[in-house]
Amino acid sequence: MAHIADRYHRQTLLPEIQAAGQMRLSQAQVLLIGCGALGCNIAQQLVRGGVGRLRLVDRDLVDLTNLQRQVLFTEEDAREQTPKAIAAAKWLTQVNSTVTIEPVVADVHSGNVQEIASERGFRPTVILDGTDNAGTRYLVNDLAVREGIPWIYGACVGVEGRVMGVVPGQTPCLRCIYPEPPGPGEVATCDTAGVLGAAAAVVGALQAAVAIRLIVSGEVPEGLLALDVWLMRFRAIGTAIARREDCICCGKREYEFLNRPMRLDAESLCGRNAVQIRPASKEEAQVDLRALATRLTSSGVVHAHEVFLRFEPAEQKDLALSVFWDGRVIVSGTDDLAVARMMVAKYVGH
Amino acid sequence: MTIKVNGEERELATGTTVAQLLEQLKFTPRNVAVELNRRLLRSDRYETVLKDGDAVEIVTFVGGG
Repeated sequence: MAHIADRYHRQTLLPEIQAAGQMRLSQAQVLLIGCGALGCNIAQQLVRGGVGRLRLVDRDLVDLTNLQRQVLFTEEDAREQTPKAIAAAKWLTQVNSTVTIEPVVADVHSGNVQEIASERGFRPTVILDGTDNAGTRYLVNDLAVREGIPWIYGACVGVEGRVMGVVPGQTPCLRCIYPEPPGPGEVATCDTAGVLGAAAAVVGALQAAVAIRLIVSGEVPEGLLALDVWLMRFRAIGTAIARREDCICCGKREYEFLNRPMRLDAESLCGRNAVQIRPASKEEAQVDLRALATRLTSSGVVHAHEVFLRFEPAEQKDLALSVFWDGRVIVSGTDDLAVARMMVAKYVGH
Repeated sequence: MTIKVNGEERELATGTTVAQLLEQLKFTPRNVAVELNRRLLRSDRYETVLKDGDAVEIVTFVGGG
């Protein structure tokens, strides 16, 4: 116990935290969905701050264009195309080995989010939003409201950000404020509009602060914060009376996004010249990575890892296929869905 | 009449509704949250007529990260 007190001395000095708050942090289980710019900053703050258990989930591989803002990754991770969850866990363990860090390399969707949030005795104290798209956020909102788990919405694009803590039953949920997600192409993404690393760092740090307050005190600050780091303008919209009894999610308790079948089988990934192809059936999701590695050796270069393999076809040197344990394939070097589907059909067989 | 939109003063025709203001500023209503005089305005109340001196904050949905 003595070394814990020493390690967190500057934090337990805070009247907001003290020894009792630090104890609550050390017992907290945090589910972080997405380990991009927001997720890296959130994870770093919570691991340094001493949460008990952090399960971090990400579907993607580290890419050179990530390094401008995703603070847990190195040039070596980009060269090796390490899965983000694994690269982050490695780094975070070096920062604070007393935190139990559980990387999960997976794409979160309606078919697996419940399992990811609860398998191996996990009981999230809070869910942190590090995702890069609206669909996953509405899915997280559904899960959080249904299970009564607080979650911290955070998002950024360009030089702007948003933050809001959601405590089901106490505060408005995402759908009380924004009843429907934007249609395809209606709002800017990091892919189209870019993002300033400092804006993501501010948003991620605020999400971490809200999560720490929630863990320590059970409360979140009221309001939806909108910020612009370029103008240095922060404004919080009052949400005290914004909870809606007719909210489809927290009012009527209809979980449209959880109940919706899996999304598209192929999609372009945010900010990357890459396409993800998801298996269409459970049968296709059963991949024997070792057998596949052996089979592909005659057609190009294969790097086999524990949870995925990377294949560079000899006939098409500008493309690479990363095949994961769960049957997903990321085709790097193209954003053409048809080209990616063809490569997957040819080499992986689905 | 003069109202404040996201901190900046703006002249509007008398009788302008929140929905009309959003249209003038080219916002898609379902992608914004609107605060009128420090209170969130529900999306089914966008026909509310603005008054001189009102303060409106428009916060677009952000989905990146």
